[in-house]
Amino acid sequence: MTKAIEVRDLSYRYEGSERDVLLDVNLEVEKGEFVLLTGASGCGKTTLCRCFNGLIPHFYGGDLRGEVYVAGLNVKDTPIHKLALKVGFVFQNPDSQLFSLTVERDVAFGLENLGVDRDEMRLRVDWALKTVGMEKYRYAAPYELSGGQRQRVAIAAVLAMRPEIIVLDEPTAYLDPKTALKIFQLLDGLNKRMGLTVVLVEHRLDLVSRYASRLIIMNKGRIVLDGKPSTLFHDELEEYGINVPRLVRFFRKLEGIGYEFEELPLTTDEAAEIIRRIMA
Amino acid sequence: MIEVRDVYYTYPNGFTALKGVNLTIRKGECVAIMGENGAGKTTLVKHFNGLLKPTRGTVVVDGVDTRETSVAQLARKVGLVFQNPDHQFFSETVEEEVAFALRNFGFPEDEVERRVEKVLKRMGLLEYRKSSPFSLSGGEKKRLAIASIVVFEPEYLVLDEPTIGQDYIQKVEIRRVIDSYLETGRTVVIVTHDLEFVVDLRPRVVLMSRGRILADGKAEEILSDSKLMDDASLLLPQMTELAYKLGNPKIPRTILDENDMLEVVKPLLKHRGVWRS
Repeated sequence: MTKAIEVRDLSYRYEGSERDVLLDVNLEVEKGEFVLLTGASGCGKTTLCRCFNGLIPHFYGGDLRGEVYVAGLNVKDTPIHKLALKVGFVFQNPDSQLFSLTVERDVAFGLENLGVDRDEMRLRVDWALKTVGMEKYRYAAPYELSGGQRQRVAIAAVLAMRPEIIVLDEPTAYLDPKTALKIFQLLDGLNKRMGLTVVLVEHRLDLVSRYASRLIIMNKGRIVLDGKPSTLFHDELEEYGINVPRLVRFFRKLEGIGYEFEELPLTTDEAAEIIRRIMA
Repeated sequence: MIEVRDVYYTYPNGFTALKGVNLTIRKGECVAIMGENGAGKTTLVKHFNGLLKPTRGTVVVDGVDTRETSVAQLARKVGLVFQNPDHQFFSETVEEEVAFALRNFGFPEDEVERRVEKVLKRMGLLEYRKSSPFSLSGGEKKRLAIASIVVFEPEYLVLDEPTIGQDYIQKVEIRRVIDSYLETGRTVVIVTHDLEFVVDLRPRVVLMSRGRILADGKAEEILSDSKLMDDASLLLPQMTELAYKLGNPKIPRTILDENDMLEVVKPLLKHRGVWRS
């Protein structure tokens, strides 16, 4: 079966730069995974994501060595607009993606460019807005919406293209915690119900770790750790600039006084259950 | 002292962002203003340096009504770091950006150089001193914005979302900057969504919602009040949420961090050994 993403010996250097920002990256992502990608600023996570949608090398140029396959397509040989059918991209700031006068127009924009016929377009826009819970706002102007609502519209615009993979680069940076959590729950639903492959770059591990099937840590252009969040958190991730959830830090302290946990809890419900059992 | 008295503010488009805000910030305090997107937090702090003047009510900084003075005069006293640092930069290099205010305030050149070097080093930006501010990453821009204000040591340091886009190591550094600022007796006000950052900082917390102040008090009281936090569209800190879920009378719900939690939980634990879940 084709992998969602396959990266072979990837190194990359931006045009005009003197050093590689990605170094020998190897990665396979299966269809249906929810990958959480994180690491200190400047670790190369954003650059790696740009390789998934073809912005690298087609827009940024630079020197790309190795191979990147997305949904079976070699990114080097596939133009951005063809890749966009397979992989959708959501940015930190939704305003960089929304520019129409109505929500509906923004969601339909990519489809219009593809030449999708009107009936199909209507169906897909309806479905995408419903999926992100924004159907009531279809005639609203994006600038009238809150940050969280705008990010939902940006996600709808991507979903309307029916991609197999969605890549999001810190989509909740500007959102309050409750709104951020709702975005993560939406992604969880898309992943579990539709089998959409999710690659999410995030710093807010306390809110999102529970939804990820896999956590990948980058440092100085390399992938340094890769595994299940509940086991990977045993490592001292702070040295890689990771915001380790406080719940995990507490359980590591329990380990410090003689307990051992194969898997660390990622939700307060799991944590409460374990503590109740060791208190009894 | 910053005194906000019954302040209303209506933007030119008719949106009323502040609806009767009263708040006093004393010298030497550390205050976190929290609340959902659109609660009025940024609008409020823009009143502190006179960038916005109240539609109704008054804002008085160290005895001076902001309506009777200029932003230029207040800028020396109240240093505001914007949420989006791009709005703040205009120099060709990182170094000049940081030196700008110092030169403007008439600091001698050797003092300018000394301070610029020190602050760039502290914020991990020394290697970019000759780069354009706009070539920096989001997190670096944020730290540059903080550096360019901290460098002239205003009496009141106001940081709008200082931790956005910052990794753990940088957050620790930003906290150190805040701590050392407070040690000199100066005042720090932060606007933030970053609950766990606030937990580490333990400031006075002011909760805002829809243009009003919902609550004002110690971090332990405010952040552990599930009703208040819900009204402000905030989540509880993880340790507090755990204390709620445990529902054990010996585990107080005012616990905010892992050290306090360990202290109360430790005497209650029995079974030892490997835990297989």
